[in-house]
Amino acid sequence: MAARSRSTSTQPESQAAERSTISGHPIEALYGPGDLPSDAEERIGAPGEYPFTRGPYPSMYRGKLWTMRQFAGFGTVEETNERFHYLLDHGQTGLSTAFDMPTLMGYDSDHARSLGEVGREGVAVDSLDDMEQLFEGIPLGGVTTSMTINAPAAILLAFYVLVGEEQGVPAEKLGGTIQTDILKEYIAQKEWCFPIEPAMRLVTDMIEWCSQNMPRWHPVSISGYHIREAGSTAQQELAFTLKDGFTYVERALERGLDVDDFAPRLSFFFNAHIDFFEEIAKYRAARRIWARELRETYGAKREESMRLRFHAQTAGVSLTAQQPLNNVVRTSLEALAAVLGGTQSLHTNSFDEALALPTEEAVRVALRTQQIIALESGAPNTPDPLGGSYFVEKLTDEMEAAAYDYFARIDELGGMVEAIRANFPQREIADAAFTYQRELDQRRRIVVGVNDFASEDEGETPILRIDPALERKQVDRLAATRARRDPAAVEVGLAELKRAAATDENLMPAIIEAARARATEGEMVSAMQEVFGTYTESPVF
Amino acid sequence: MEAATARKIRVVVAKPGLDGHDRGAKIIARALRDAGMEVIYTGLHQTPEQIAETVIQEDADAVGLSILSGAHMTLVPKVVELLAEQGVDDVLVTVGGTIPAEDIPELKKLGVAAVFTPGAGTDEIVEFIREGAAERHVG
Repeated sequence: MAARSRSTSTQPESQAAERSTISGHPIEALYGPGDLPSDAEERIGAPGEYPFTRGPYPSMYRGKLWTMRQFAGFGTVEETNERFHYLLDHGQTGLSTAFDMPTLMGYDSDHARSLGEVGREGVAVDSLDDMEQLFEGIPLGGVTTSMTINAPAAILLAFYVLVGEEQGVPAEKLGGTIQTDILKEYIAQKEWCFPIEPAMRLVTDMIEWCSQNMPRWHPVSISGYHIREAGSTAQQELAFTLKDGFTYVERALERGLDVDDFAPRLSFFFNAHIDFFEEIAKYRAARRIWARELRETYGAKREESMRLRFHAQTAGVSLTAQQPLNNVVRTSLEALAAVLGGTQSLHTNSFDEALALPTEEAVRVALRTQQIIALESGAPNTPDPLGGSYFVEKLTDEMEAAAYDYFARIDELGGMVEAIRANFPQREIADAAFTYQRELDQRRRIVVGVNDFASEDEGETPILRIDPALERKQVDRLAATRARRDPAAVEVGLAELKRAAATDENLMPAIIEAARARATEGEMVSAMQEVFGTYTESPVF
Repeated sequence: MEAATARKIRVVVAKPGLDGHDRGAKIIARALRDAGMEVIYTGLHQTPEQIAETVIQEDADAVGLSILSGAHMTLVPKVVELLAEQGVDDVLVTVGGTIPAEDIPELKKLGVAAVFTPGAGTDEIVEFIREGAAERHVG
């Protein structure tokens, strides 16, 4: 018989005197009309109108639902292609690609550092040959694809463009997003290949090249998800993400681009965490701040430049290994917050993801969660349903104020790149993560099933095991690519890439040509590292 | 009981492989330091060779391997093997991260003293290392 679940405490009324969000933001005992801003009409406005607090579009989900876009990838391209088809068959409406650690870090699958890592956290992609098979049976003209990759993003974009070309879909017809957001790598996700300045050059190259060649594509997904997962507060997530975005805008302007030529294709990626109302306020504040800054500070004239659009993912860190079915509830609440906050695209985590990548059964439940919200809950029936709520409007204003505080502190340090060099965002994140952990250790904050309502006796949840044989399979694929290709063309391609890297030319054309010759990702990264160098962090904890 | 020597317990907190998830490792590093231990945090992207070298050079009493990339069954055995090769057999080895339950027995057979999975409390981990490292001093 299962051991009885025993609660060791609940929170009595007397202890509830002070409340705060999961980020430590104080919450009043009651909100009322006095908490609405005095300039409500300008600050809140209407959906689809500056400053877009209520949403980027007038009709929001009445016009078009958010894209249901489940992050997927493991093993080789064969296994991942199968999972792509499974998800599309079950009703997801956009693709999202997870790459393995070697691919993310710019190592080929047969590199010494790739041992044991191939295909474990995502799909292994070494060359254009792999990319072709990844999208087997998926016409790129009929789907949008997101790719989560940053330091080597230009290379994966080149692969994608070439697959489209082979399918007869020109680059200007391709729709999707590539993450590319290298600043948050140095801050939080920690996947880098090059030092900061050459990495920023590559980002600007991609923004520039896409503005000229891929009008339907988002060359960067300015991200807060990872910053939050690393332990930041919601306020830090908001501030650091937007500041990263402003930095990319500044670099593109320095390159000589017109803000209205590239800003409409900048997109964002936020966490959808468990503190329900704080998240909704965060998204609304993000839209308002971005609109104001693009218009007032960066001189944007087109509404499209001021309109913040984002993808959201429910918080991985909120998932528990204990009592995994509870995670279905967490993911549902988080997804609903993202919808009420007006997300354009959504990934819902699977209940088994605290310890592994999702099984088919688990990811199906995650997808159904979105579909139930979309089709049964009524949540999409009107834009910004919580607009005008005393609580949500006040929280939105407070999130905005907190973000501006951080902007000022970062500016004092000389901007975001200097702040990163000074370890400022990293230290803020480490402190916030530690504070939260102590709250859990001391049971001042509860995670159900973990530090309260725990069960002694838990059944085994089946989890996805990555077959180690897949590493061998990928290494063999790579060997076959190397054997098939024309070594002279590869040599020329890599030499040209190195030559261009040492100038200030846009690197996309050289990367595309090297990719076309089947230069591998690792070879291209190594060639660029010969010119750019590498990066090592000086960690603070 | 305090360690036989007056010196602080020395712990290496290491991130093996390509895994960049350092939130937990940094929290543990800080908690151990707050608890009075000498902590050497290796930073990210360490090869097993680099970790073994650090453990030896730093004369560590314990090493905590933090790994959330799924590559633990390759990297942890390699670290343990390298330490053994160098004649280091008295270092307390602990592992933390996204380790499925079914992998834990095999890791323990290799000599890993404890595996801390998601939800493990910080105080529990600190005490385990304090007691385990002290034993090695006395023994």
